[in-house]
Amino acid sequence: MAEFEVPVLSIKNLNKQFGKGCPYCQDEESLVKNYCPVCGTVYACRDVSFDVFPGEVLGIVGESGSGKSTLMQCLYFDQEVTNGEAYLADYHNGEKNLFQESSQQQRYIRNNIMGKVYQNPLLGLKMNFSSIGNIAEKLIAAGNQHVGMMENRGTELLNKVNIPVHRRKEAPKNFSGGMQQRVQIAKALSNRPPLLLLDEVTTGLDLSVQASVLDLIKSLQRELNISIVLVSHDLGVIRMLADRTLVMLEGRVIEQGLTDQILEDPQHRYTQQLVHSLL
Amino acid sequence: MNTAYNFAFFDEGSKREIRRATLKAIAIPGYQVPFASREMPIGRGWGTGGLQLTLSLIGKNDVLKVIDQGSDESVNAVNIKKLVSDTTGVATTDHTAEASLIQSRHRIPEVPLKKDQILILQVPLPEPLRYYEPSENETKKLHGEKEYSGAWLMLFEQIMKYGSMTTGADHPVMVHDRYVMAPSPIPRFDNPKMNESEALILLGAGREKKVYAVPPYTKVVSLDFEDYPFEPESFEDKHCRLCGSTGVFLDELVDEATDETFYQCNDTSYCIETLNEVEPFGVK
Repeated sequence: MAEFEVPVLSIKNLNKQFGKGCPYCQDEESLVKNYCPVCGTVYACRDVSFDVFPGEVLGIVGESGSGKSTLMQCLYFDQEVTNGEAYLADYHNGEKNLFQESSQQQRYIRNNIMGKVYQNPLLGLKMNFSSIGNIAEKLIAAGNQHVGMMENRGTELLNKVNIPVHRRKEAPKNFSGGMQQRVQIAKALSNRPPLLLLDEVTTGLDLSVQASVLDLIKSLQRELNISIVLVSHDLGVIRMLADRTLVMLEGRVIEQGLTDQILEDPQHRYTQQLVHSLL
Repeated sequence: MNTAYNFAFFDEGSKREIRRATLKAIAIPGYQVPFASREMPIGRGWGTGGLQLTLSLIGKNDVLKVIDQGSDESVNAVNIKKLVSDTTGVATTDHTAEASLIQSRHRIPEVPLKKDQILILQVPLPEPLRYYEPSENETKKLHGEKEYSGAWLMLFEQIMKYGSMTTGADHPVMVHDRYVMAPSPIPRFDNPKMNESEALILLGAGREKKVYAVPPYTKVVSLDFEDYPFEPESFEDKHCRLCGSTGVFLDELVDEATDETFYQCNDTSYCIETLNEVEPFGVK
């Protein structure tokens, strides 16, 4: 059992602020939500800590502006954290703080140990390169030098996400939003990463496409036994996918627990409001 | 010689600034050093990068050769030669072996370069990652972190689209196992000549304001894949119709009257030299 309990990803006291801060906002009571009216500093993530275990899907919910996406950007090194620690079991046995590594090492981690699917496919894909090229980009970045092998792996992945084989050399800009999202998933999975970050993957897709993308994520997760951190403001998505859920508000984690528990018996006032506003 | 201008057209301060950038470029093989590209009497993008390097380096005892796509006598080459000799009085030559400075647009001469020669290449687009990443700020980071998957990705895309690497010219190279560099639009045929070259190779982009260099005896490797190795253009079974040379870069020409295809040396001075060598023995 001990082995099972080693977290894949462990985040400790992550803070991210935009702005320098001032003596006035040292006292957190004086903030308006998470904003300092004197110096204009925004405290996007405040003292966020959590663990993700192997094969687990961790959901993060919260209203817009609660710091969910900033947290995800910090985890994928798209943003620099103000302070905090992150440890990956697959990187130096989880003994090195990822946020202190050089940008070259962080790139290595992104390319080899993590995959991310952005809400906006423009951020995750090169729209003018072919779909298979987009997948190859991640494979090349991880040191692959064999065209035949990359083509096979890319085709296999595109098959898995239901992109017709004859369209694999087409650029994602020609694809519909749902297809672009599926290409992003294929790209994120190309190096068999132990950890996948999903940032509002189904927001903006129509319902039937949403369902098929969620189905896909669920089945891939079961098949490959990867851990997922999933951000969404859609409780339906969280209910369907997440084993455990964090609720964020104004940059803080205000409640966490099993998804069923959170949804059936919310403790915090905001969570109660959130659950009750579910149609 | 026109004495209305300072020697070699530029003032001494300008020349020194360009030489300082050049020294830095030589010290970091393949790294693009920014420099203050000067206004020139020819338009930017017409060889001003190469010309500024030539003018900053040239001394009274130098012998200059200028070629444009292998030709010593094209308009661009002739005008650059005129400008330099008018403001410096140095001798010009067509013979590669006699030149100490060779400014070239898009070819490396067929005659192997020696250690006391400097080859200056004119560069239109110095950034090998530009098509992959439009932002200069980002490409600088990518170079700094030696993150070159974009360079390989562009070749991968060509293979996906056309079945092989289709860079006709400007096939990217890895210099000294560190920087990926655009070798200027020389044909793939000339890429291997950069590897362990005896002569110093300088590259100048006037419009983009960058200077970079391949110092003598530096490892230069053309990018490729394990199953798609780099291949220069092949002219197997073909020879120059004038001098009969094989194993050189040939131009394909079509006689429209007879529809006949024939081949001819791209490097005109090499062709003439070969002809002059052969004829006294009465071979032809």
